[in-house]
Amino acid sequence: MIIRIVKYVLSDILRGRVAIAYTLFLLAAGFGLFNLGGDVDKGLVSILSVVLMIVPLTSLVFATIHYYNSYEFIELLSAQPIRRHTLLLGQYLGVAAALGTAFFVGVGLPILLYARTSVGGCILAAGLLLTLVFVAIAFLGAVSTRDKARGMGVALLLWLFFALLFDGILLFIVFTFQDYPMEKAAIGLVALNPIDLARTFVLLQMDVSALMGMTGAVMRDFLGSGAGIAYTLGVLMAWISVPLTLALRAFKRKDL
Amino acid sequence: MIAATGISKSFGRVRALDEFTVKMPAGRAFSLIGPNGSGKTTFLKCLLGTVIPDRGTLTLDGHDLLASPEPRGRIGYMPQIGRYPDNLRVGQIFEMLTEIRDAGGGAPRRDTELIEAFDIEKIAQKPMRTLSGGTRQKVSACVAFLFNPDVLVLDEPTAGLDPVSVEILKEKVLAERKRGKLILLTSHILSDLDEITTDVLFLIEGRLRFSRPLDELRAESGEEKLGRLIARIMLEEAHSPSLDPAP
Repeated sequence: MIIRIVKYVLSDILRGRVAIAYTLFLLAAGFGLFNLGGDVDKGLVSILSVVLMIVPLTSLVFATIHYYNSYEFIELLSAQPIRRHTLLLGQYLGVAAALGTAFFVGVGLPILLYARTSVGGCILAAGLLLTLVFVAIAFLGAVSTRDKARGMGVALLLWLFFALLFDGILLFIVFTFQDYPMEKAAIGLVALNPIDLARTFVLLQMDVSALMGMTGAVMRDFLGSGAGIAYTLGVLMAWISVPLTLALRAFKRKDL
Repeated sequence: MIAATGISKSFGRVRALDEFTVKMPAGRAFSLIGPNGSGKTTFLKCLLGTVIPDRGTLTLDGHDLLASPEPRGRIGYMPQIGRYPDNLRVGQIFEMLTEIRDAGGGAPRRDTELIEAFDIEKIAQKPMRTLSGGTRQKVSACVAFLFNPDVLVLDEPTAGLDPVSVEILKEKVLAERKRGKLILLTSHILSDLDEITTDVLFLIEGRLRFSRPLDELRAESGEEKLGRLIARIMLEEAHSPSLDPAP
């Protein structure tokens, strides 16, 4: 039943201008960054930075706009013999699949041509996971906010928090308590931000300790690369399932 | 037959429906009438499953409409504002809804009369975003009738349609009523509904004030036009709220 919704949501979005623009932007960034430095590793690090900024922003904003623009259609669909759960899950999977496809083409193509390495594969995986995470967060925000303008505000604030403010706060905490052993606490704190989790996940694959930042280095020391990767992946999964479950539960009792 | 008993719904502090009880047998066309905010839309939305009532029961021929989505397969809905995914083609909208209905165990028999009357085939390949408001309303009407439902919920069906299309739609509603369908209507342009309506449901402050056959109301008041009749009832309500409710 869900596939019947996903199919059409996907087909609608992929034919839209935004999906095409997103793909082209990622393609341009990917090819540009690989050709700029000459060094493949440098190119990968630059691409990672772009992915960690752009993927959450696009996922949050696009999924939020999609939900509000589809409101009347979702209302019409909810008057059909279909469960609310199926309806929203179908919308979620459709949006995530569309953005995931655009990302996979836009970043995957340059990586396939220039850097067929495990790090390249990890960047693709991280971008797809971040898409799933932030579309889920966007759906939770949009389902619980009736007003479109406020919903957009919530989406942008969330991006600001996760992409920029969180690292500042983390740095502040680490500096304030620098007399205490903060390593283990840092591993815990990083779990609170999916973007940091994704960054750590990729950097654990790389051999550039200078770029790993404190949490990455600490995680390698304390957990080892294997356990570190398992930890970041596990917590990222929770970042998908928890907001999605909350959104589905809120939508079930929602008055449209 | 649709039977609602004791339906209550509050939005925050606002009571949209207050112990709303009504029985609507098949083969009749009910016009929901009442001042703005009297609960007309809320009641229709409860029926369609888009609003979940706080209390009360709602059944279609004995099947509980609030417990599971399946009985909704027997209801066709034409929304007031039809907004569809921009990039889907007209034909895809019909395909998508057909797939959902078929999976939900809907009636296998299709009713394509309106699709033919509105000549939708000609625009089947057009993306939804290129359609005018009136054409989108035609699509909405076709969707409502397509699955040959036992109950038709039409929210402002004539708004935005050109006069020719209004006549086509009215003919269709009349024909379906005569085939034993139950029709529920709301409209601000009351004259449009004169010929279709058989009964008037009058709502005030979330309660059913009365449900009476239109002929009876006409005979009593001497008013021919539904619009003028309703205006008079509303005025009387405003001046003497203690007016005895009809049996």
